[in-house]
Amino acid sequence: MKLLFQLIWRNNFTLFFLLLQVLCFYLLIQNNRFQQASILNATNQVVTNTMEMVNYVKEYIHLRDNNTSLAEENARLRSLLNENKYEIDSLFIPVKDTVNLQQYEYITANVINNSLRYRNNFITLNKGSLQGVQPEMGVIGPSGIVGIVNHVSEHYCTVMSLLHKESNSSVMIKRNKFFGSLKWDGEDPNFMFLNEIDKTVPIQKGDSIITTTFSSTFPSGIFIGTVVDYKVDAGSPFYKIKVKMALNFNGLSHVYIVRNLMKEEQRKLEDKNKAKESES
Amino acid sequence: MILTILRHVLRFLLLIAMQVIILNNIQLATFINPFLYVLFLLSLPVHMPKLLLLPIALITGLSIDMFQNTPGMHAAACLLLVYIRPYWLKIISPRDGYDTDTEPSIKKLGFAWYMAYASLLVFAHHFLLFFIEVFRFSEFLDTLIRIGLSSLLTLLLIIITQYLTVRPKSSN
Repeated sequence: MKLLFQLIWRNNFTLFFLLLQVLCFYLLIQNNRFQQASILNATNQVVTNTMEMVNYVKEYIHLRDNNTSLAEENARLRSLLNENKYEIDSLFIPVKDTVNLQQYEYITANVINNSLRYRNNFITLNKGSLQGVQPEMGVIGPSGIVGIVNHVSEHYCTVMSLLHKESNSSVMIKRNKFFGSLKWDGEDPNFMFLNEIDKTVPIQKGDSIITTTFSSTFPSGIFIGTVVDYKVDAGSPFYKIKVKMALNFNGLSHVYIVRNLMKEEQRKLEDKNKAKESES
Repeated sequence: MILTILRHVLRFLLLIAMQVIILNNIQLATFINPFLYVLFLLSLPVHMPKLLLLPIALITGLSIDMFQNTPGMHAAACLLLVYIRPYWLKIISPRDGYDTDTEPSIKKLGFAWYMAYASLLVFAHHFLLFFIEVFRFSEFLDTLIRIGLSSLLTLLLIIITQYLTVRPKSSN
């Protein structure tokens, strides 16, 4: 017994090191689990205050780019307004729209912290639970999707960027509606890779990539980017498609958090299926 | 004594601030990122009690982690750095040993010695950091390139910082 204590005492440095290392890995794993609440995440007061300050300065640097992309978005949305449409049918009678129900609402937010440099990147936004932000809400930018909310505090939230190892958004080719998953290889934030599209599907350079209809996080049909290159790996049944992102992650400043008003309904319905499966 | 502690605390705050406010916002190539804050750990006194090094490294790492939303990542890398440090200091010690109260610096111990000292520790730190971050070996070569380039940049910044902050001789 004495020998054991001696052994422990002699190696106290190593043992203490290992103990703390285990603690670190515990924190790491705990944080990596999606939307786990943790005290040490980037939504606490000191961190967000500092970041807001830094961002205040940074916003000026990208002001020109941001204005351009917001103006472009305005132009695109303006062209959708009814005033800009020519009435082909002269018997047009205004009716209360009962066919379309509002499904998505948008909360505007400012990016206060953003990284591109890591393999796994996070973004911090200045809207939180008081403004109705909840974990797993989608975030879109002026041109394309940005990521998914993972931590929320009262006034802030962090977003798992598309530029993340675990990020896996389902997207489709606009022309022929074939869908696959969009992933990032960790190199250039301007390019991502579309996987799981079958080799037999016809594909062209310049094809548009948009969000799918069956995601409950993002509205369908949001333009994401264009195909710039594709190749076939020998032995794989899928293409490897390189997509040029429409969204510029560097200098991202104004984004929208997407609230799906029907998400709860969809989830309840799907949970019923799961419950039945587990019963049988 | 108090002054020494104060100097280290000040250095800690300055380097963390520099890392968080400036360096984290600079995009060189998208995957080269210098971590100058390790200079704080490198500059701790040679004869510091080993057991004290670990909590200091933990606090340093976690402070950076909070700003990056990566709890545990930088902390783990910092811990590895200070764990290796005493052994590495012993291996590369000058023939007549270290003076008491020596803080490793280019000015005190020479450029060649400092490079040997810093490069291994910085590399070890970056190695663990980047591999924890990627958490798999399938992109091994890519990660290794990142580690190499980032380590070089960190070293360069460490050297520049040291030459920029040489204090007047009288105050030492």
